[in-house]
Amino acid sequence: MSEATMRELEVAVWRGGDSGGFVTYRVPERADQTVLDVVTFIQRRIDPTLAYRYSCRVGMCGSCAMTVNGRPRWTCRTHVATVAKGGRLSLAPLANMPVIRDLVADMTEFFDKWRRAKGRFVPAKESPKGFARVPPADPKRRAADAGIECINCGICYAACDVVRWNPDYLGPAALNRAWTLYNDVRDGDRLGHLLAVAGDAGCHACHSHQNCMEFCPKGLNPTASIAGLKRAVAGAYLKGEL
Amino acid sequence: MNRPTVGRSRRSIGEGGSRLSVGGGRRLDNHPAYWAFVLHRLSGVVLALFLPAHFYVLALAIEGEGRLDAFLSWTDDPWVKLSEAALMVLLAVHMTGGLRLLAVEFLPWRDWQETLIACALGAALVAGAAFLAIAV
Repeated sequence: MSEATMRELEVAVWRGGDSGGFVTYRVPERADQTVLDVVTFIQRRIDPTLAYRYSCRVGMCGSCAMTVNGRPRWTCRTHVATVAKGGRLSLAPLANMPVIRDLVADMTEFFDKWRRAKGRFVPAKESPKGFARVPPADPKRRAADAGIECINCGICYAACDVVRWNPDYLGPAALNRAWTLYNDVRDGDRLGHLLAVAGDAGCHACHSHQNCMEFCPKGLNPTASIAGLKRAVAGAYLKGEL
Repeated sequence: MNRPTVGRSRRSIGEGGSRLSVGGGRRLDNHPAYWAFVLHRLSGVVLALFLPAHFYVLALAIEGEGRLDAFLSWTDDPWVKLSEAALMVLLAVHMTGGLRLLAVEFLPWRDWQETLIACALGAALVAGAAFLAIAV
């Protein structure tokens, strides 16, 4: 197809920092084009100063998430044909995070909250004798399995109303991580994971809007994980463990 | 062909999908659980505003039979009855919505959240209709 007859997309891209603005580019429309393809085209063919993040391009690394037409999405697995109504796209950095530049959001706070939610495995004090056997059908194993595929893309965090209202709120991803560790029977400090999320800006701050579940590109359900944490915290409190 | 043009300066611009934009980058999320939250919050606010009026009417009984009876006769007006039914629906929406949230938070997770929301809303509407049937 010649350049003259090729259809074009009208793409509004956020440029600058928090107080930047949208700049509109025209990008050739292609079959099976992803939103990430569009951003890459702009950066390589129109304006090399455009800043954005990506790595794997196959939905594994979680680095290419942006706000696409007002919704947080993973851009590498989002086809233009499914989101560009009337050939228009608007691309902005993820919400609920400061903007570094253009499409790059500052995820420092997001990952700090993982640490605050004690989102790392704590080895048991005594070395296990041989491999830990965790039956696949075990309810705790199944609960952990349901949340373990998180790729840290930050989409749930950007979609969360409570994060927007309360900047201290740990957010769906960090709480989902805490839930998977609480259900890991090999973990040496399961109550410690509960204690880390039992405070004011922890699991009980969630309003169960279910935006995280609605927007998670991996189809995970952080709302269910957070509800599980609420039950676990309440149960531990009633037993006098917290 | 690729000359860029500078546009407006808001990070969230509204265009379809299931995310709506309400000025200044404020977004609303268009899915049942979000609307259930909006209903729960609005009904709570309206009920909080109604409570002082409710207590005022009860206080009329202390001041004397006549004033209370005069007020109660005003409530026989069909429009007042209809408003009372709306208030009843709000009360029921808040209660069934609260029970739904307790179920979400204290019972094992169910994947049929939309059904749960529909049941909560349906029960509230039935309560309003029942009130109207009895009151009229």
